[in-house]
Amino acid sequence: MHELSIACNLVEIVEEAARAAGAVRVTRVRLRLGDLAGVMEDALRFSFPVAAQGTLAEGAELAIERVPVRVFCTQCNADRTLTPPFVYRCPECGASRLQLLQGRELQVESIEIEENHNETAHP
Amino acid sequence: MKPRILELRKAVLDKNDEIARTLRARFEAAGVFVVNLVSSPGAGKTALLEETMRRMVERHWRVAAIVGDLATENDARRLARSGAPVRQIETGGLCHLEAELVARRLEGWALEELDFLFIENVGNLVCPSDYDLGEALRVVLFSTTEGEDKPNKYPPMFYSADVVVLTKMDLAAATDFDYAGAVANVRTVAPHAVLLETSARTGEGLDRWIEFLVARHWEAATATSAAPAR
Repeated sequence: MHELSIACNLVEIVEEAARAAGAVRVTRVRLRLGDLAGVMEDALRFSFPVAAQGTLAEGAELAIERVPVRVFCTQCNADRTLTPPFVYRCPECGASRLQLLQGRELQVESIEIEENHNETAHP
Repeated sequence: MKPRILELRKAVLDKNDEIARTLRARFEAAGVFVVNLVSSPGAGKTALLEETMRRMVERHWRVAAIVGDLATENDARRLARSGAPVRQIETGGLCHLEAELVARRLEGWALEELDFLFIENVGNLVCPSDYDLGEALRVVLFSTTEGEDKPNKYPPMFYSADVVVLTKMDLAAATDFDYAGAVANVRTVAPHAVLLETSARTGEGLDRWIEFLVARHWEAATATSAAPAR
């Protein structure tokens, strides 16, 4: 269970960016999570509000986009998708010579912030 | 009030990776070969390391270890019997080591005076896979008392391995370990990994494992010194 420490890292990144942008509150955090990232989505969802307590991200929605595991099979010369339990073998030809294209992502894509009313009073 | 969207596109473990990169550069500059050992609890990390370090000290290699443990200092005490310097990181419940913890524990240590530094990670086949510690070699231990399908159950960890060491080979027969199946599973999940077999109890395969480490250390050292100056 390292989702709490990941959630803490996540909140740290989010808060740093939000503060630099002069935000008063973060309302949404968009995260890309690969199926092979070794992170349990449920545990991360559970940990995020705990890590966000008392920060600008408190109460923010955590929007998670799952990234499927895609590989390039050097035998078929084609991209393939691996499904659970992610046996490292081409689902078409069975070859093990694969290059991992995606699926290990654990990345903050963007955040939605609210800024101070006075500073955002543009038309 | 309309919210503003800030694009970040930043890896959550960016900070760890950054510290790990700094550590790796430090290790390379000091000429110390760093090995990160991971496995499930009870696969024999401490036993393998204890025997490895004892033999390496005998051969006048300058070795040291950093041991991550949740709560006890037992492993550090066992490893210290080899006569090599050992430092303990008590993670206090954290299920893996992070680069920052390693960096902090290195303070005051003259890395130039070491040839090998072993990092014994916390026993866990899930969490440590995401955390680069700046190591030159990641070794995943897989014992014959575990099911032969371990690699298939924990693909991210096995996929991240440079080396897979089968441990407790002396018990393979007693546990009806499916050796062929286990090897096939390692080959499937981690086709790039070097596969070695050891028994810390009988000494089987230990010299080969040590020779392998020495060869890789040698390769790394010559690659670094041969690299053009920037």
